[in-house]
Amino acid sequence: MIKIKNIHKTFSDQNVLDGVDMLVQEGSSTAIIGTSGAGKSVLLKVLLGLLRPDIGEVFIGNIQVSYDKPGRTLSEIGMLFQGSALFDSLPVWQNICFKFLKGGEKLSIPDAKDLAIQKLKKVGLNHEVANKYPSDLSGGMKKRVALARAIVGNPKIIFFDEPTTGLDPIMTNTINNLIREIVETMEVTALTITHDISSVEQIADNVALLESGRIRWEGKSKKLRDSKDPYVYQFVNGKTKGPINVN
Amino acid sequence: MKILRNLGRSANILLQKIGRVTKFIILILSNLFTPPTYGGEILKAFFQIGWMSLPVLGLTALFTGGALALQIYAGGSRFNAEQVVPAIVAIGMARELGPVLGGLIVAARVASSIAAEIGTMKVTEQVDALITLSTDPIKYLAVPRVLAATLSLPALIAIGDSIGILGGYLVGINRLDFSSSTYLASTASMLQISDISSGLVKGAFFGLIISISGCYCGFHSSNGAEGVGKATKSAVVGACVFILAANYILTEVFFNS
Repeated sequence: MIKIKNIHKTFSDQNVLDGVDMLVQEGSSTAIIGTSGAGKSVLLKVLLGLLRPDIGEVFIGNIQVSYDKPGRTLSEIGMLFQGSALFDSLPVWQNICFKFLKGGEKLSIPDAKDLAIQKLKKVGLNHEVANKYPSDLSGGMKKRVALARAIVGNPKIIFFDEPTTGLDPIMTNTINNLIREIVETMEVTALTITHDISSVEQIADNVALLESGRIRWEGKSKKLRDSKDPYVYQFVNGKTKGPINVN
Repeated sequence: MKILRNLGRSANILLQKIGRVTKFIILILSNLFTPPTYGGEILKAFFQIGWMSLPVLGLTALFTGGALALQIYAGGSRFNAEQVVPAIVAIGMARELGPVLGGLIVAARVASSIAAEIGTMKVTEQVDALITLSTDPIKYLAVPRVLAATLSLPALIAIGDSIGILGGYLVGINRLDFSSSTYLASTASMLQISDISSGLVKGAFFGLIISISGCYCGFHSSNGAEGVGKATKSAVVGACVFILAANYILTEVFFNS
């Protein structure tokens, strides 16, 4: 379970998060959507412990996220970054098992390589990819390797930051299916940041729409398109006219 | 009034920057000798910073030593003091030119590469990824580079001094008609341990400055490729200016002692 309580965050004069309250139930898949600049990525960094909020607190399970030493909560979390964030200087298998090679938990090199190949198979990539470097991979393959890295420690919670941005429709579907499968088979709590509505409908049970640093709408993803809120309607249907200022 | 306000604002920004840099230096120094240590990363940093800087540093020192010999000969001949060439080349290289030129050359090569590498990692979220993978970016990225630069710079300076003196020697015996034995004897008799050690101590300080400048600018870069470019430029300029300032301060200290 993820409990977000009254999060405020300001940069210079800009109020990016303005009192976000949210509860993500254990085992559920939730998406946070919103326009660019709504504060989604900042909220994700606050949840991870990478960015200290001005006011408010976050609990992962019963543990409060510490902004001095986020390690306690991070050990339970897997993270898929928007740009994959693979380490360029390391081969794929070392990227996947980084946590077990350089982090606190140690594995021998052969065991780490076996584990990486196992996880590669889980995300639909063959063992030959293990020895390649990130620069040798396509965008979709990088995303899948990053997904393998996110699940390697069997986390209880996985955060996905714009998992399908920049991918073609087929690869978008592949990644969405993988996320859905991982959430169901690993029984994890998933939180996805996205503005891709079709992805939301595929991977999320619940949705929260963030507007100017506040939750504007919250509910089941199936009911998103039925919302009477003009802001939600405009965002979901991609209309240029409405309460959202497109300029 | 407006001038005062602008002055106050600039002073405020400067003080904030000094505070951030000081905090960063304390953070790195407090992490230098505490576990975990990343042996592989430290060795890689020694290779990149120490070994890979040798060719450019060696060439710089060789030509500088040769040019220095010619200049001292030309100046010394005005008052019949040509014989001081070996001694001045050796002392000049060991005390001043070796450390300063070596420091500046390594700053250009290493501060830029550290800032660009860490800066790229920062803007592509690789630094955030390290944190989520339970790895402290300061320990994993900064500490190996700071250790490698601080420890390898004195060695590089020592090698550079030797090559610089060799450059002076080659010019001395081939262009200035010194005999090999006279040149070597004069060099050996005039060069003192304190000349060499002061240069090596300077080298360690310069290594610290170079690596901290590179790491600081890298970790504080933002705004994509443009931000990384700015960070790289700031790292080199900052390192060069601080090397020259530190050189003066250290020279004062050694001079007085």
